[in-house]
Amino acid sequence: MSTQTPALRLEGIVKTFPGVRALDGVSFSVMPGEVHALMGENGAGKSTLMKVLGGIYQPDEGQIFIAEDATVMSSPLQAKSKGVVFIHQELSLADELSVAENIYLGELPRKSLGRVDWEKLYAQTDDILKTLNVGFNARTKVGDLSIANQQMVEIARALTVEPRAVIFDEPTASLTDAEKVVLFEVIADLQSRDVGVIYISHRMEEIFKITDRISVLRDGQYRGTLNTKETNEEEVTQLMIGRKLDLSRNEMTHSLGPVALEVRNLSCGKLFENVSFTVREGEVVGFYGLVGAGRTEIAETIFGLREPSGGEILLDGEGVTVHSPADAIARGISLVPEDRKGQGLVLGMNCRDNMTLPQVDDMTAGPFVSDGAEIAIFDQYRDKLDIRTPGWRQMVGNLSGGNQQKIVIGKWLSMHPKVLIVDEPTRGIDVGSKSEIHNLIRELAAQGYAVIVISSEMPEVLHVSDRIVAMYAGKVTREFTAAEVTEDGLIQAISGL
Amino acid sequence: MAELTKKSIGGFLAKQGILVAFLVFMVVFAIANPRFIDIDNISGVIRSSAILGVMALGVTFVVIGGNLDLSVGSMMSFSTIVVLDLHDKIGPALAIPGMFAMTLCLGAFIGFLVGYLKLNSLIVTLGMLSAIHGLTLTYSGGQNMDIADKQNTWFDFFGQGSMLGIPVPILIFALLAAGLSLVLSKTPFGRKVYAVGGNGTAATFSGIPRARVVFMTYILSSFCVATAGLIQASRSLGSQNTVGQGLELEVLAAVILGGASLLGGSGTVFKTVIGVLILGFIQNGLLLMGLAFYAQYVVTWVIIILAVWLDIAAKRGRLWSPIA
Amino acid sequence: MANFKRKDLVKQGAIWAFIVAELIFFSIAGEFLSVSEKAFMDFDNMLLLLKQSAPIGIIAVGMTIIMVNGNIDLSVGATFALAAIVLLDSMTWPFMQAMGNWAIPLAWLFALATGVILGAINGLIVWKTGVDAFIVTLGSMLGYRGLVFIYNGEQPTSHLNWTLVDFAEAQFLGLHTATWFLLGVVLLCWLLMTRTVHGRNAYAIGNNREAAVNAGIRVGPHFLWNFMLIGFLAALSAVVFYSESGSVNPNDGMLYELWAITAVVLGGTKLSGGYGSIISTLGGVIAIQLLRKGLGHIGADTETVNLVIGLILIAVLFLDRQLNRKGKEELRT
Repeated sequence: MSTQTPALRLEGIVKTFPGVRALDGVSFSVMPGEVHALMGENGAGKSTLMKVLGGIYQPDEGQIFIAEDATVMSSPLQAKSKGVVFIHQELSLADELSVAENIYLGELPRKSLGRVDWEKLYAQTDDILKTLNVGFNARTKVGDLSIANQQMVEIARALTVEPRAVIFDEPTASLTDAEKVVLFEVIADLQSRDVGVIYISHRMEEIFKITDRISVLRDGQYRGTLNTKETNEEEVTQLMIGRKLDLSRNEMTHSLGPVALEVRNLSCGKLFENVSFTVREGEVVGFYGLVGAGRTEIAETIFGLREPSGGEILLDGEGVTVHSPADAIARGISLVPEDRKGQGLVLGMNCRDNMTLPQVDDMTAGPFVSDGAEIAIFDQYRDKLDIRTPGWRQMVGNLSGGNQQKIVIGKWLSMHPKVLIVDEPTRGIDVGSKSEIHNLIRELAAQGYAVIVISSEMPEVLHVSDRIVAMYAGKVTREFTAAEVTEDGLIQAISGL
Repeated sequence: MAELTKKSIGGFLAKQGILVAFLVFMVVFAIANPRFIDIDNISGVIRSSAILGVMALGVTFVVIGGNLDLSVGSMMSFSTIVVLDLHDKIGPALAIPGMFAMTLCLGAFIGFLVGYLKLNSLIVTLGMLSAIHGLTLTYSGGQNMDIADKQNTWFDFFGQGSMLGIPVPILIFALLAAGLSLVLSKTPFGRKVYAVGGNGTAATFSGIPRARVVFMTYILSSFCVATAGLIQASRSLGSQNTVGQGLELEVLAAVILGGASLLGGSGTVFKTVIGVLILGFIQNGLLLMGLAFYAQYVVTWVIIILAVWLDIAAKRGRLWSPIA
Repeated sequence: MANFKRKDLVKQGAIWAFIVAELIFFSIAGEFLSVSEKAFMDFDNMLLLLKQSAPIGIIAVGMTIIMVNGNIDLSVGATFALAAIVLLDSMTWPFMQAMGNWAIPLAWLFALATGVILGAINGLIVWKTGVDAFIVTLGSMLGYRGLVFIYNGEQPTSHLNWTLVDFAEAQFLGLHTATWFLLGVVLLCWLLMTRTVHGRNAYAIGNNREAAVNAGIRVGPHFLWNFMLIGFLAALSAVVFYSESGSVNPNDGMLYELWAITAVVLGGTKLSGGYGSIISTLGGVIAIQLLRKGLGHIGADTETVNLVIGLILIAVLFLDRQLNRKGKEELRT
């Protein structure tokens, strides 16, 4: 293999954004017929690297070689014409158009007078679809397909050219097991045609099943390449996070108060069914499960954002009906939502106004909002949470992810809730801020808050929780105490085993 | 250091660009024709801008809240016709609250559709533009509406009277602008309007009743429209059914010129007032320069495009769009 | 999957079902209420209806393309008026008068060129500045109307050419000239949008702009062409209408943009772009015209037409939303 020319080689790629060095001299190569995994934590620079490869971003430094020819990728179209094809994680399809039109988007075959050559289009598409062995045809409207089939359309797109390298970005995130099998067949087929495949995924079992080599990125830097056969999960993880995976449990104990929140047989349509659990004052309950297991939806229902189809919510032992977030807030429930920018913050507003938003009605002097009271709150939580900002007038859109998250947490702490729900508290946040937020969560519990932490990261759940509720497909599968939980048990519980 | 100064000047221009443009514009016209800054001329311009201005104040709230209101023109026709009709039927003292009540009902209906039913505001208000126009025509039977005895009524006070030497329309405009400016910048309600327009989802997640806030912006807008209708009716004491036709777009032009983003979440009452005044003074300045009255439309067009273009160019950091 | 398809069918059939309902309603109501002796579904009456649909109809077809592409054009009414003025005024120019009837095609050409140029200005601004089409055309709606007034003040511009009037009033195979133009425009634009690369790309751009850009579709030129097309169609609409009437007021065409948008939305075109059909827009245009005539037929004031159409537009929006709801599990935002 080493004597071959790489299908694709990157050398010293640097890409900076204002304030961030997203890629810092990344080099690696993919051989023809090789499946090469690219791994790294969120924010390690994988997406940026792939966008550079796909011609969406231009690198500041470094070069891309295709079959050892130095190449400039100026646009996605140009990348494709050079044989580098990108299968997006977020589907980029026009759902009102047919499968064939999507596959040949931007290069529909023409007849005279600018007419589309439909026969040719459908014939070519059917040829490609045949190799993928899918259950839909060229004329189907993309909007009518399942997510998995839409993904197949994306893959079919890659096959319209003779590809040299195909990049898959988290392709199995929304696929069923049967669909995964088809996908892996497609990848094997590409391999047999001497195409280099770059495979980005978080799922270790897949990586070890189908890849030949694994390259790891951390903090925008290249950290090395391992031969899949000669390594193991632990080594890869260590390379990814720069240290041994910290699977330490929460060992802090303090006396727990009475039950603050109890949920009995709560259901919301098919999103989740018959969910029951309790949270006591001073306790952190972790909710662990895969994306789509229904964890966020439970939080949203408790917070009055969804209407439950059955079951009860009890606060301090008393049954309550929560019709709206305003209702929930009045009853002492706070929710730090999953999507910081979409749900947590008004990015065009300053730090102070964001922080005091839920209680702006109560911050008045006469009919007007009291500047002094607002600034007092902001100052208090800026100091308490160590929020680094030039001042309250700063637009939150200009802060780093960690500081933004602290603004959201500050916003809800300043409401002095009884029950605090935190959904994915450290998503997209740097390592330093992560542990700060973990410590903060433990501190809050020690002060008597009842805290629910929803997370997809096992170390995080293990680290902060007194108890862990595992969910699978809308149902609670098992509950663990911090003392009894094991990694394997947890993984089994969230896989429905 | 030089760079810092340059940066802060750039920042200032980006923030207050519309004010600077306005001042430059005034100075140029004043040099070209000293009569332009004559106090009578200025007062005349503001008075004739008052109707547009009052309507623009309300629409500012709607736009900051992330919606549009294309129905204000035909709603203004409606209020004018109704108040003139009621004037002769039940007398001015009852006609005015009666007209306000009816106009607010229209605003409430729109607010219900856009706020609570979450329908697209562009289409709803487009539909209401047509519907209210039909309502007005049905109400008036398609006839012009006139006050029977124009000599003996105090009703002309709002459009033609003056207090302390200031024409009443200007007074109403100024007071309303000052009041609404306080509401928008200083009250919890104003804060919520910015939040709802800036990021409606985040506002909901913060416990802000988004539907009610949107509803209130339309109530406010219809209140302003009713006030404008009152001034219009009082000024002319008679009216056609189409008196407000086309005003919705001029109003929107003034609001956009003031720098409010159509996406919601930004803009201020003060900037809208500047936008209104710019439109008024352009019209006046061009007339004084001897240009045809309608040349103002063309100039307004150019100014709107330039204002919005430079605004987004500053935000994206390049003049030309990245559209391939 | 069958479910989805049924929904599409409902969407595309709805406007025609609505037209049939209107026909039935006005025919029956007309029996009791009509002031005229003639039945509503009278053949001549229907032919006249098609002819009267033409001016708005031709513009609405262009608006459909613009909206499918993800833009909007508020300046069509002003473009319509300016093209009309150029049409009528140019025939009075001395060199044109010297040409006799050959001036007619030339005048048409001038008018159509006016429309194309005005459209191109809009398109270029949208493309090159990146300002939203709503704002760009809101501005040019004022600007173009200003040009109309500057051209001839508040005076109407008139020029009656009898050859032209004869042409416009002619009937071929029973249909009026204007109807032929409407049907021709509908057919050609339908072919453009369903059969050509340009049309399919326009759908793709409106549907998912980022995907289109990534696939190498050049968005800017598509915008430009489509704005030129709607300018052309607005001018064509003026040519068809004013060939017959021979006199244009500077306020003519006001609110045409709103009528056109109403017809397009009634026809089911998505506001956000990417979905819509020229044929359904024709349905929307006919539905509006039918309502207008029908209300007159049953003796309702013509004024109520505006009221009814406005409310129907809102009702359609409401129904569309109800159809697309996900049910009770939906997030309350």
